This record gives sequence, structure tokens and C-alpha cells, in this order.
Amino acid sequence: MKLKKIALTSAAFALASVMHTTALAETTLKALFMSQAAYSETDVKSMTAAFEKSNPDVKVNLEFVPYDALHSKIVAASGAGSQGYDVVLFDVIWPAEFAKRGFLLDVSDRIPSDYSEQIFQGAWTTVEYAGKRYGMPWILDTKYLFYNKEMLSKAGISNPPKTWDEMLQQSKIIKDKGIVKYPMVWNWSQSEGMICDYTTIMSSMGGEFFVDGKPAFNTGGAVRALEYMRGSLDDGLSNPSSREFSEEDVRRVFSNGEAAFALNWTYMNALANDPKESKIAGKVGIAPAPGSAGISTASAVNGSMGLGIPSGSAHPDEAWAFISHLTKQGTQEQFSKLSLPIWKKSYTVPAVTNGQQDLVAAAKESIAVMYPRPLVKSYAEISDILQLRIHEVLLGKNDAQSALDAASKKVARIR
Amino acid sequence: MRSLIGAKQQKWLLLAPALTVLALISFVPFVQTLWLSFSDSEISALPTVVSFIGLENYIYALTDPDFIDSLGRTLYFTFVSVGAEVILGVAVALLLNQQFKGRTLMRALIILPWAIPTIVNAVTWRLIYNPEYGALNSLLMQLGIIGEYQSWLGNPDVAMNMVILADVWKNFPLVAYVALAALQTVPMDMLNAARLEGANAWRRFFKITLPWIIGPLLVIIVLRSVEAFRVFDIIYVMTRGGPANQTKTASFYVYQEYFSYLRSGSGSSYAIIVALISIILIFGYYKAAKRQNGSL
Repeated sequence: MKLKKIALTSAAFALASVMHTTALAETTLKALFMSQAAYSETDVKSMTAAFEKSNPDVKVNLEFVPYDALHSKIVAASGAGSQGYDVVLFDVIWPAEFAKRGFLLDVSDRIPSDYSEQIFQGAWTTVEYAGKRYGMPWILDTKYLFYNKEMLSKAGISNPPKTWDEMLQQSKIIKDKGIVKYPMVWNWSQSEGMICDYTTIMSSMGGEFFVDGKPAFNTGGAVRALEYMRGSLDDGLSNPSSREFSEEDVRRVFSNGEAAFALNWTYMNALANDPKESKIAGKVGIAPAPGSAGISTASAVNGSMGLGIPSGSAHPDEAWAFISHLTKQGTQEQFSKLSLPIWKKSYTVPAVTNGQQDLVAAAKESIAVMYPRPLVKSYAEISDILQLRIHEVLLGKNDAQSALDAASKKVARIR
Repeated sequence: MRSLIGAKQQKWLLLAPALTVLALISFVPFVQTLWLSFSDSEISALPTVVSFIGLENYIYALTDPDFIDSLGRTLYFTFVSVGAEVILGVAVALLLNQQFKGRTLMRALIILPWAIPTIVNAVTWRLIYNPEYGALNSLLMQLGIIGEYQSWLGNPDVAMNMVILADVWKNFPLVAYVALAALQTVPMDMLNAARLEGANAWRRFFKITLPWIIGPLLVIIVLRSVEAFRVFDIIYVMTRGGPANQTKTASFYVYQEYFSYLRSGSGSSYAIIVALISIILIFGYYKAAKRQNGSL
């Protein structure tokens, strides 16, 4: 009897040690992240250090690239097979393309089923294509309206704008009173960031990218949105340099107190309120991006990102352990200043809400109306075409209707 | 002593290592690219069937008005930037060929822009052109030339020229060095004789110096033109092709088709078109060089 028990225990031990070695064999993971918006490099390094501490057999080599290099890096590394990455950060606009080309592993079976309810639907959209999941959502992000409280009160404005038209009126008051030369600043360089601003405004005006698979961005609200953008430049209310600004430029201009309104990602809230980074710390207001009278009360673009495992990875189990660590509720709540958690429950947790009640309040409203960019395989091409035509209009080289008509024609040519 | 192998075999034997390397790093990829350009190949991690589709990729590329526009822009970039580099390079070489104190130091310093990596150069110039705190705006403002800060890389009418300026600054030293080396072979007695005969500096330059250095200059013009026509890095860093595609060159389309849209077949056909135009440019210059030599 006793002998049997000993045998059983030792067998259990043997099994445990076998399981231990398969699950956490000595491995080095290669992981690809971006150094732009959302979690900072320091944040990601601290999260990784915690993971390595609890998994001493796994080392993680982190690589940070600008957002614009992320797509090319993932694609180029796919040719490297097991020499490529084990974990990659990917944008909400890529899963369709990556799934169709087999760049990412289908991880649907690895995700516990109770997660589906606990995580926001907008976050899931980031990793889903054709009913399968190609990673875990990690950064739940959208563009918010930031405003300079001091400038608004100087101008005698008590509340931030609820609609885009109201934002124009308030900007005009601020400009006329000589409080700031250009009240609005945007990320309107010929880039994906500009498409995010356009998507936000367009969705609030009832515009759509495609209807029944046919381009619809040259009709209705989608055209009005572009006319709105152009009009704000023509009226001298938007900073003309917006047309070559990135997100970081927007943050710099707003933090220097050179704009009353700015649209930007979550990360700007903490940084614009940091006296080391900003001249207007403590004067920063945040609200959901405005809506349009009679159509919407707020607007938002789905700018989330997820973590996935490239199909060539030789260590998918360890990679998944790392992803699970980064995306778990505890980790996300600990690092919630630059990026908010994907977990619904987190939004009432003091660690998240403390010191950023405004952000959390705005997030609750914005996350509910997050609008997706087209979830199609050829998104990159569609976006490039729209970027060109929208930029032409913003530069005064074309009018909104003919530019978007031209874009629609070009989109029809995509193979 | 009699050789074991004939002169002809020996020639090929000696050439063999170089030819092998050339074949591996240049010919094989070229043939592969050529084959891809006639196929519907795409970048994918899944097993795919690649089929031959004839000229379809080429037709697609050449019926794209945006790509045709980009070819025009690339030619503009090539001619203006190489032209300016040659004029500036030769002028600087003439100065450095004079006798003056500190000449050696100046000759060493002038190579600096060329020694800086393109990426660093591009980032530096982007900062100089910055619409909010750039040095160029500050300088022109203090000189009273502009009334308010300009958005140099955001203005579609001037962006390309601003990129060209950055490219010229980086590359003119190479032309200057080649020209300087060539200038040292110009016979002084010929120049002195011309001076005695009463020829002024312009006349001496165009009638004696320039014809004497035109050979080496043409070589550097060909090299720079081919390089300039496939320009990518400086533009990728400075403008990414914007504003409104005004700085988007032909190589950008190769990159876009291949790495953004993942169509390796179509991307290869864009690459072959860019290579073909470069070859036409080279032939043009060689013809010009031949005519030049004939008239001498």
C-alpha cells in the first residue's frame, strides 16, 4: 500500500518534471514590438522582466521598431521560418491579410472560452478573421479629443464640443480672441494616422467605406467628413502643418500649449499631464471625439493592436505563455497609464481609474462606438489609395468629391 | 617554358572565380526576378501555385497613371539632382585645385557629407526643414526672406526640390573628388599658353579644362544617374512619398507592390521597368561620351 503510494507520487513527480520541461524548455523568444504610442519601451521591458522572473527557463529578446516598419518586418521575417519572430505585435487592419497568407498561427483553441465575455468586442475584432482568432488583443486604443482647459475657459467656453460643428465654432471663438493662432492640430501627414482621423469623423457623419463590397466612401457622410477637414484648414482653424504631422508632432504642439484641440491616442493623456514632457500639465481635458447632430453623439476609430505567433515559430507554447502574461488582467491594470486594458472589469478597478477618471469615463463612451476600418485582405492598398486622394484635398489640389471618386475608381482596379 | 593550357583556356580559368561570384550575386537573382515578373507570385507562408501570366504585370504597371507620373518625377529628380551635383562638384573642385593656405584641410573636410550615411543625412535635413523649429525657417526669417515659417516638406510644390537639395548636399563631394583628380591631369603649359594668347578664364575652362576632364566626369555622371534613378532611402526617411505623392519615385512602387501589397510577381515587373530605364540612361550617356571623344 505504502509502496504503491510512493510509486504513484514518484510517477506524478516524473510526469510533472516532464511536463515542466516540455512547457518551459530553455528557450529564447524573439519578440517584435513598436516604439510609438501605447505602451512605452520601458513598460514592455518591465512586463517582460516579470515574465522572465516567473519563467526562468525562457529568455525574451525584445525588438522595437516604428509603427511604419512593423508590417514589413513581420512579412519579411515570415520567410525566415523558425529563425524569425516568436511573438509579433500586429495592427487591427492586418488579420485578414495575415490569415489569408498564413503568417500567423490560429490560436482560437488556446484562448479560454470565458475570455470571450470578459473582453470588449472591439478588442476581439483586432485579432479575428472569418471566425478564427489569430492572437490576443493587447492594446485597446482609439483616438480621443484632447482639449486645453485653460484656453477654453479664457474663451468663455464651459464645455468641450459635443459635435464637430461645435468644435469649429469654439475654435473660431478661440482664434478670434487671439488665444492661439491655430486652435486645432491633427495627424494629417500622408499616413495611416490620417486615415484614423478621417474614419473617426466619417463614422460620426454616417459615412461608410464599403456597402455590399462596393466603395461607398465617395458618397454622403464620407464626402462631408473630408469637406469638413478641408474647411477647417481653409478657415485657418486647423494648423496647416497638420498635413505633415505624425502623432508625436501632434503631442508636441498640444503639450507646448500651441493648440486648443487635438485628436490623439490614449498615451497622450499621461504624457501631456507629465510636467517633464509638457508645459500644460494639469490643464488637459479629455473627452470622446465629437459626434454629428442628429446622427451620433460621439465617434471613435478602432485602433487596437494584438499579439500573435508567426506560423514559423519553433516555440509556440512559450510564445503563448509570454502573450498570456502580457495580456492578463493583472499586467494590464499595472500598466494602464499609456494604454487601457482590454478587460471590461478593469474599468472599475482603482489601480486603473485612480488619477485618470476623465480618461476612463471617455473610454467607456468611446469603446462602445469604435468604428472599424475595412477588414479586407487588400486593406493596405485601399488605405494607400485613400491616403493619396485625401491628402490631395487637404493640400488644396483637388475637391473632396472628385478626389474620392478617383479613389473609388482606383480601388476597383485592385487585383 | 610552355604552358600546360592554352592562352584562351587560361583567360577563362582566371576569370572563373569572378564570374562565379557575379553569377551568384547578380545573374541568378536577376533571372529569378525576371521570371517572377511574368508570374502571379505572391508572398505567402502557405503553399501556393505560381503560374505564368505573360505580360499582364507589365500591362498593369504601365496602365497605372500614378506609376507613369512617378517615372516622370524620378527623371526630374535624376536630372536636377545629378545636374546640380556636377555643376557644384566641378566648381568646388576648381576652387580646391587652387593654391591656398589650408587646402589639404579643406580637401579632407569636403568629403564629410558624402561620408555620412544617407539615413542620417535624411533625418538631419528633415530637422533642418522642420516647419516649427527648423534651422532653415529660422535662418530665412532672420534674413527677412520669409515672413512666416514655411512647411517645406508639406508643400507639394516645393517638397521634391527640398529633397533634391538634401541629396545634392550629400552627393556633390563625390563629383568634386573625381573632378579634382581629373583636374590634376590638365597640362599646365597648355593653360599657360592659352593665357598668353589672351584667352580669359571662361574660355580656358570651356576650351581646355572641361574637354580634358569630361571623360572621368561622364563616368561619375553615369554612376550617379543610375543611383539617383533608383532613389528610395532618402525619400523613405524624409517624406515617405508625400505630400500627395509628390515625392513618390518609381522605386517606391517596387517597394509598395512587393512589401506592402505582397505581390512579388507584380513588384518584380516594376523593378525590371526601373532597371530597363536605368540601362537606357546608361546607353544615352555612352553615346554622348562617344560623340565627345570623336570631336576631340
